Amino acid sequence: MSDVYVVGTDMIKFGRFPDRKVEDIGAEAALLALADAGLTIGDMQAVYSGNLGQAGAGVGQRILRQIGQTGVPVVNVANACATGATAFREGWMAIKAGVYDMVLAVGCEQMGKGLLGGAGGGDGISTEGLLGSGTMPSVFAHVGLEHARSYGTTFEQFAKVSVKNHHHSTLNPKAMYQIETPLEEVMGAEMISYPNTKLMCSVNVDGSAAAVLCSEKKARELGLLGRAVRVRASALASDPYTQHNLAAMDFNAVTKLAAKTAYEMAGLGPDEVDLIELHDCFATAEIVHYENLGLCGPGGAGRMIDTGETNLGGRIPVNVSGGLLSKGHPLGATGIANIYEITTHLRGEAGKRQVEGARIGLTHVVGAGSACAVHILEKV
Amino acid sequence: METPADPAALKPAVSCIKTDSAGKPYLEGHKCSACGEVFMETRRGCPKCFAVGTLSPVKLSDKGKLYNWTVVYRNFPGVPVPFVSAIVDLEGGGTLKGNLIEVEPDPAKLKFDMPVKVVFGDAGRTDKAGNHYLAYFFAPEAA
Repeated sequence: MSDVYVVGTDMIKFGRFPDRKVEDIGAEAALLALADAGLTIGDMQAVYSGNLGQAGAGVGQRILRQIGQTGVPVVNVANACATGATAFREGWMAIKAGVYDMVLAVGCEQMGKGLLGGAGGGDGISTEGLLGSGTMPSVFAHVGLEHARSYGTTFEQFAKVSVKNHHHSTLNPKAMYQIETPLEEVMGAEMISYPNTKLMCSVNVDGSAAAVLCSEKKARELGLLGRAVRVRASALASDPYTQHNLAAMDFNAVTKLAAKTAYEMAGLGPDEVDLIELHDCFATAEIVHYENLGLCGPGGAGRMIDTGETNLGGRIPVNVSGGLLSKGHPLGATGIANIYEITTHLRGEAGKRQVEGARIGLTHVVGAGSACAVHILEKV
Repeated sequence: METPADPAALKPAVSCIKTDSAGKPYLEGHKCSACGEVFMETRRGCPKCFAVGTLSPVKLSDKGKLYNWTVVYRNFPGVPVPFVSAIVDLEGGGTLKGNLIEVEPDPAKLKFDMPVKVVFGDAGRTDKAGNHYLAYFFAPEAA
């Protein structure tokens, strides 16, 4: 089976674009990624389009109406917040299988402000706030407090994640926000669901990102290997049964499963990874994923954030893009935006936030319900 | 939370709320005869051991422990805040999410593994036709 390469990728600066159509937002990133590769939509043999809010409304085809109706197969993908990464993985699989040599993966999303989620309706009345809470801030508050239950993790430690990622975003012109948020400001912000304050919740934004995937043979033939990045592993998991996952969504077992699969596929371990973009939809989530991704042993995450190991310049920088907390989280685009971020570092093109000497990077997203996708990328 | 005079007259807010022949409400789970795991809601197969057709209804305990919690301060319009969203492990099996009541919604007052009991009451909200519903809640159990 051929190795698969990312030969072009880009994202738009995340923001709020209520006056634009979602396909226009997606088309912009698609054209940027194609231009980055020096290719056109006419070179693509298939398109994998990730969008959640309008799943079922043919967003992939609508993007092609904006940039060229080439008649190639379009696969519209929806997989909760793992939508973009799943679209990317579908493209990777098609090339792995030898069906295509070159495909486009694009993710886009247009979001409103406010709370996501909410407990499912009962037979006749909403059960949100009656039988507990299913809003995303509450779901991930439970995730954080389960960690606190086991290891005594503190409100302050969770809050430090937000301080770090907001600081990183000041170095990323494509992030929604570039604003420092000192610890007292994060902890003093409006409490949404303890321990997540408003500044510990990711930003609902509009955005898009895209990547051109290519077989080794084709990349060589077209002379595209110079700035290419190799996909060393692509893993996707659904939540395996755990005692609590039917009552409280599980993101731990599903991440451990996807991470194990990805490390085995890549033939490497977490110690060899130079930077990580992981799913910090809430500050509490980042802490648990340090352990789920094997960056430290059980209970080591609080120490990692306290000692700055995951800061830019630290032992294993995490979310130097600013993460979902500050770069923003346009659901269908997020997974591919992570691919863009890692690729940019492996190319040595990340400017002020460059992780020096980066050779291996890992992306991670989870989706409620639950899904987890992990990709490992390598500098060629 | 006082149990309503005639809980059987109220519609259950969710399908796991049942009433016995004496009209007393209880929570129903489903137990897998192959692996012994207890779940809320019935299913065709067992999510844990994959056996098919092995689940049967079981009356759950009204006592349990607070496995996890959060205090919710911001919610959708019309939902009273703050409230405690709790994950409770029932004695003998069954894990479910619900509101923990009769406790101050203050992180400092909530302890992991504190004993709780299941209580039933009017949901406090009606459907469009004005029907009232029976809901379950958790309340601290005096030690």
